[in-house]
Amino acid sequence: MAEAKFPSGSGPAARPLSPHLSAYRLTLTMAMSIVHRITGGALYVGSLLLAWWLLAAASGPNAYATFQSAASSFIGRIVLFGYTWALIHHMLGGLRHLVWDTGHGFGPAEREWLARANLAGSIVLTVVLWIVSGYLMGGLR
Amino acid sequence: MSPRPASMRTPLGRVLGYGSARSGTEHFIRQRLTAIANIPLTIGAVLIVISLIGHNQAAVAQILGSTLVAIVMLLFIISTFYHMKIGMQVIIEDYVHDEGAKYALLILNTFFTITVGFASIYAILRLSFGV
Repeated sequence: MAEAKFPSGSGPAARPLSPHLSAYRLTLTMAMSIVHRITGGALYVGSLLLAWWLLAAASGPNAYATFQSAASSFIGRIVLFGYTWALIHHMLGGLRHLVWDTGHGFGPAEREWLARANLAGSIVLTVVLWIVSGYLMGGLR
Repeated sequence: MSPRPASMRTPLGRVLGYGSARSGTEHFIRQRLTAIANIPLTIGAVLIVISLIGHNQAAVAQILGSTLVAIVMLLFIISTFYHMKIGMQVIIEDYVHDEGAKYALLILNTFFTITVGFASIYAILRLSFGV
């Protein structure tokens, strides 16, 4: 029924709401939770780069050269480094969520350990991937 | 039995059309299913990308169009774009409370993921079939 909906301003008296984010001290697991969502959003936008790369490869040498010059520029490398980290971080964060889905890893020590492993693992793996890539490229030409 | 039932409708009649109790978790399960698939597929795609760094277009086109690489990339694209679509849907539903804006963004989300996803798939197929 339409009457069930209160028009704005004439609703019931303001009731106390449950405490939201600002009421709590920021903890590592909280920060990691929002970073998981942010990296997911970044990867969403980053999918345009994947599509660009694939379409450039399918279009021909000129289109591919344009992509390569953008990707190997200073800003391009920063974006791709961030893309790599977001991908690895979101993947490891996803593994953490899959562990939680089984009902494990919720203890105070476990969830802290998982968060630290997630963060450290994503940074180390990203750096290792870029070192390997740089080596394959012959010293980051 | 209550002395004055509020409605003559049967309990079954009231719940018909709302879906079965078993189907509400479909979204959750698909997010997990694609997440599990994304792990080996992302590792495969990252290895493919790294192996292609520094090659010229002709070499990249040939490798991307080869059977095994193309299949891994296609599966990677399908699984990640589906995961992306339902992930962004959750973000929109969490933060956008205005009904009009919410549905507009949900539609744009579908259009974006299908367009970018199919563009990527088209590129791989074009390389595979050498058109």
